[in-house]
Amino acid sequence: MFHAHPKLLIAILAALMVVAGLYSISSGTVNIPLADLLRVLTQPDSSSGAYDLVVWKIRLPRVVLTIVVGASLALSGAMVQGLFRNPLADPSLIGVSGGAAVGAAVAIVLGGSWQLVEASWAVPFMAFVGGASVTLLVYRLGVSPMGTSVATMLLAGVAINAMTSACISYLATVAEDVRLRNLVFWLMGSFNVSSWQKVVWVAPFTVFALLMIFKVWKGLNALLLGESEARHLGIEVEKLRLWVVITSALAVGVSVAAVGVVGFVGLVVPHVIRLLIGPDHRWLLPASALLGAALLCVADLAARTWLEPKELPIGVLTAVLGAPFFLFLVSQRRRGQLYGS
Amino acid sequence: MEVNSAAVIAMENLGYSMAKKPLLSGVSLEVNAGECVAVIGPNGAGKSTLFRLLSGEWNSSEGNIKFNGRSLVDWPVEDLARVRAVMPQSSSLSFPFYVEEVVLMGRMPHNTGREQDLKIVQEVMAQCDVQHLSRRLYPSLSGGERQRVQLARVLAQIWQPVETGKRLLLLDEPTSALDLSHQIALMQAVKQVCAADVAVLVIVHDLNLAARFADRLMVLHQGKVAAQGTAEQVVQPEMIKQVFQVQARVMKHPDYDCPLVVS
Repeated sequence: MFHAHPKLLIAILAALMVVAGLYSISSGTVNIPLADLLRVLTQPDSSSGAYDLVVWKIRLPRVVLTIVVGASLALSGAMVQGLFRNPLADPSLIGVSGGAAVGAAVAIVLGGSWQLVEASWAVPFMAFVGGASVTLLVYRLGVSPMGTSVATMLLAGVAINAMTSACISYLATVAEDVRLRNLVFWLMGSFNVSSWQKVVWVAPFTVFALLMIFKVWKGLNALLLGESEARHLGIEVEKLRLWVVITSALAVGVSVAAVGVVGFVGLVVPHVIRLLIGPDHRWLLPASALLGAALLCVADLAARTWLEPKELPIGVLTAVLGAPFFLFLVSQRRRGQLYGS
Repeated sequence: MEVNSAAVIAMENLGYSMAKKPLLSGVSLEVNAGECVAVIGPNGAGKSTLFRLLSGEWNSSEGNIKFNGRSLVDWPVEDLARVRAVMPQSSSLSFPFYVEEVVLMGRMPHNTGREQDLKIVQEVMAQCDVQHLSRRLYPSLSGGERQRVQLARVLAQIWQPVETGKRLLLLDEPTSALDLSHQIALMQAVKQVCAADVAVLVIVHDLNLAARFADRLMVLHQGKVAAQGTAEQVVQPEMIKQVFQVQARVMKHPDYDCPLVVS
């Protein structure tokens, strides 16, 4: 009876994600026919053909990584927008991703490595700390009991992003040779250095963020009415805020540590879902995760096949798509057509 | 004032200061179940401060508030939400929820099941005259329509009696954006809820509206209680002169048993 069939949309998005994943695995320098792909996927031991190696060692980990990162980014975006009560609060725009990048860069320069498995917990942990600090800072600055000041929030993001890129440039200047190489590798690192190890690092946090949907969806709905309104509906706002900040900073931080900053996914995806099924977080959050996964999967496919054999950094692609979209949203807001004050 | 143990909410010598400047002091008031008390006063008299203290947004610096016999600060938020609903002056909801989704949020603290909740939503929407808006998006509504939807939401929250305590409804200028007929309709809806054994405390600006619908009135002036009692006792030309700085005449309402202010 509410906004158009959220369950149906979720089923469609799940199917879309699987199709996008399969298509991405089958495409590349070597095209793998669908029948062969399915055989390789379902019976990994039966043949030791060339496809086996391409699928299991190169393309499947890459596709799975795009799926978990895409889901994490879109889900975090939707959660952070709920927390800020504003549809423009994207983790990359308000500086959360930048903060995470500085955290990761510090860890790399001080002794970690772009290969997460060698860096143990340092790189993703520092990325989490950086992301969480920025979220709390921007929240302090931009959100008052009267609501969110979009101008303050976005301006804080501008300043933080300037600061984070300065920090990273500084780190690159002072880093020793080996460390510098690691840092540059990581900065350029898109999904072309995907491995099962990275998947193992990122996936648990994606699952954690997905499970947190059950804990926060009600509270985030109530929070859209206003902070005190949520409290009067029995929501412990401080706890909710803490959970959302931790969850999104973990999901964004670990993604940034694994593949670098991928912008705009957290902005575009929840917006599209809201247009389709409305702002109810019960459906918005899982649907955003699925669309984010599918979208990043397709974007990565385009990034690696478009200029073959060269590869576009995926952040370039999402920015080319996302930035005009953001400008469109801002122009809508100016004409008072977009919700959010 | 004698402490009545049956009062749903009881304030005793309540006070609040900000930067050593008292915004409110010495307020004692009790509201019983089935009773509607209106708080009136000019701008800056301390009405909003009182409302913030009662809704728990601020903690009082003097005195205490007892809710259902228990200190207000000792109530866990979740328990409180089942017995007390608060309607603030304005709501910042800007996301495109349908009206019925907004009203349904009032049922959030309860575990009464979706079927029951949807039934209650229909009932309160009828009561607040917003049924025809149910499939409209909240941000597209006018100020007055939003106010009625917010009332429907808070009514849904305390629609049924609960075992944990007597219900309380706090309203902060609920009629500020309404046209005349909806002002009266809203107060009538509030009175009906009141009759179902709910204690109501409402801040209103319109003296005549307060005089006609409230069982008792409390007048705030410069952070202190200037007068308290029934409409006949409180609404006097001297009080209006002293508190509102307006020379007015008070007569008997031709249709209802209450005073009428003509200024």
